Amino acid sequence: MPALKPGSRFTSSVCTTQVIVVKGAGEVDLTCGGAPMLAAAAGTAADGGQPADGASGGTLMGKRYVDPDETVEVLCTKPGDGSLGIGDALLDLKDAKPLPASD
Amino acid sequence: MMLLEMAADGFGDRVALGPADGGLTYRDLYNSAGAASVRFRSDGGSHVAMADLSSAALPISLFGAAWADLPFVPLNYRLPDGELASLASRISPATVVTDPDSPDRLTGIDGIGLLSRHGLMGLVDGAEPPEPEWDMTGEGTAIELFTSGTTGEPKAAVLRHRHLVSYVLGSVEFMGAHEDEAALVSVPPYHVAGIAAILSNVYAGRRVVQLPTFAADDWVALVRAESVTSAMVVPTMLTRIVEVLNAEGPDGPGLPTLRSLSYGGGRMPSPTIQRALELLPTTAFVNAYGLTETSSTVALLGPDEHREAMASADPAIRARLGSAGRPLPTIEVTIRDDLGDEVAVGQPGEIWVRGEQVSGEYRGSAPRLTADGWFPTHDGGWMDADGYLHVTGRIDDVIVKGGQNVSPGGIEEVLVSHPAVADAAAIGLPDRQWGERIIAVVVLHPAASATPDELRDAVRDRLRSNRTPDHVEFVASLPYNDTGKLLRRVLRSDLAHLGDGSTG
Repeated sequence: MPALKPGSRFTSSVCTTQVIVVKGAGEVDLTCGGAPMLAAAAGTAADGGQPADGASGGTLMGKRYVDPDETVEVLCTKPGDGSLGIGDALLDLKDAKPLPASD
Repeated sequence: MMLLEMAADGFGDRVALGPADGGLTYRDLYNSAGAASVRFRSDGGSHVAMADLSSAALPISLFGAAWADLPFVPLNYRLPDGELASLASRISPATVVTDPDSPDRLTGIDGIGLLSRHGLMGLVDGAEPPEPEWDMTGEGTAIELFTSGTTGEPKAAVLRHRHLVSYVLGSVEFMGAHEDEAALVSVPPYHVAGIAAILSNVYAGRRVVQLPTFAADDWVALVRAESVTSAMVVPTMLTRIVEVLNAEGPDGPGLPTLRSLSYGGGRMPSPTIQRALELLPTTAFVNAYGLTETSSTVALLGPDEHREAMASADPAIRARLGSAGRPLPTIEVTIRDDLGDEVAVGQPGEIWVRGEQVSGEYRGSAPRLTADGWFPTHDGGWMDADGYLHVTGRIDDVIVKGGQNVSPGGIEEVLVSHPAVADAAAIGLPDRQWGERIIAVVVLHPAASATPDELRDAVRDRLRSNRTPDHVEFVASLPYNDTGKLLRRVLRSDLAHLGDGSTG
């Protein structure tokens, strides 16, 4: 089970999804397409396999995904066919709230 | 590189930089960064630096360095040759991208390889990028920026990729910009706000237009020519821009495309911001407070807050116009006294900040962070009861007269509100009796006049009497650097003869 901290990056083992952690701490069973995600490194790619039924809704680049308490938030940096989850519980798209940009 | 890679994949055909018609696209920028990284790696340096005005070479070098896992160091090209050379030798061995109009600066320094901007642009033109292989942990150093302290050698503030990414993800929505938007960046490459603007705009998909050398009429013309929708300026630039717009008169064309204008980097004189709010009634104003060491913005005063403060009869709400706004949701702020203890709400002290985007690390120097991760900013300020942060100025600039702390900012505000005064600074010079004496350094508007007594009375009427300047010195202009910072050290040194030469 990977240890989550802001900035850590993960890649799906069953699709092309990659994420970066925006919020989160401790050991969290981060999954994509029903399978545990791997720590991302240059050259890491899915080793074949398919997203499981029920976890194949797909991810969208640039979107944020959260758990119900919003204690875990990940941002999709590469899209894919799997759905993000913590264990079997799927993450939801975060509510779009305007961010306070200044640049 | 994650930010640029997402941009190139998500909206690669949008224009990233330059004119809407024919500018560099995100895919072009990505490919060019890749080609640049090959050159940077093969040069074998430990850093990639730039001693040049803004151009397309800036984002290409910034991202190219990141691709090559090398820190990018934008250098202040305005420095005298000797000082510039000294900074370059501190980051040697390095590739330095240079201004083709000043090719001979930095020659002959051990380990420094020069690459002209033209040379860089030539080698990236149409080149295919290599395979992506940049570090994905975020721990590598993205930027080193030399910050000027009040004493000693400049320190190189270190910003790691994770600081910058955290700042961007915390304040920008991916592809949040519409294709018709354009951002004008007129601060030099060695200003952290310029770097932050490039990263934010790339991630948002907002076209960047650069003004390499600021002049207010050029800025106004460029906003109109490129239909610029957002811009970032330092306060001294806004004062000049307001003068240009004022001179165009009430029926002037204004800046109708400018949806938002953000400013930061120093104290904004109230007459300037108030006049700007009047001249640009449909523009959203944002005051962004931050430091190099905090990856730029940590607190914001938003557009509605500006307008509300302007219109309010309540002095507490009106005072927010002079504030830095409220901390970003991802940032904690605390005000501490000399002992590091938290002060009560409304009490002044030193501003400390904490958050993922805050670095506080310096190359070759101890980090300026407490054991529990707070960064003491060396800025004085206070938090009001509504959570607004008020910044009074660098604590080093505080004048100590008769054992009392006097912030120059308050005095300067009063002076600048006088109709005859265009600009003012308050500095402390040695005084045998009082420790320091307060010198008001004043620039009058052309053809305006005011007597020293008139100005001293104005301050005495508005503030406590111990803040009355002991002497008023009229000057033609105040010294500012390129990033809009008033150079108080220069003033203190130039006017040292007005002190009595005592020490301590």
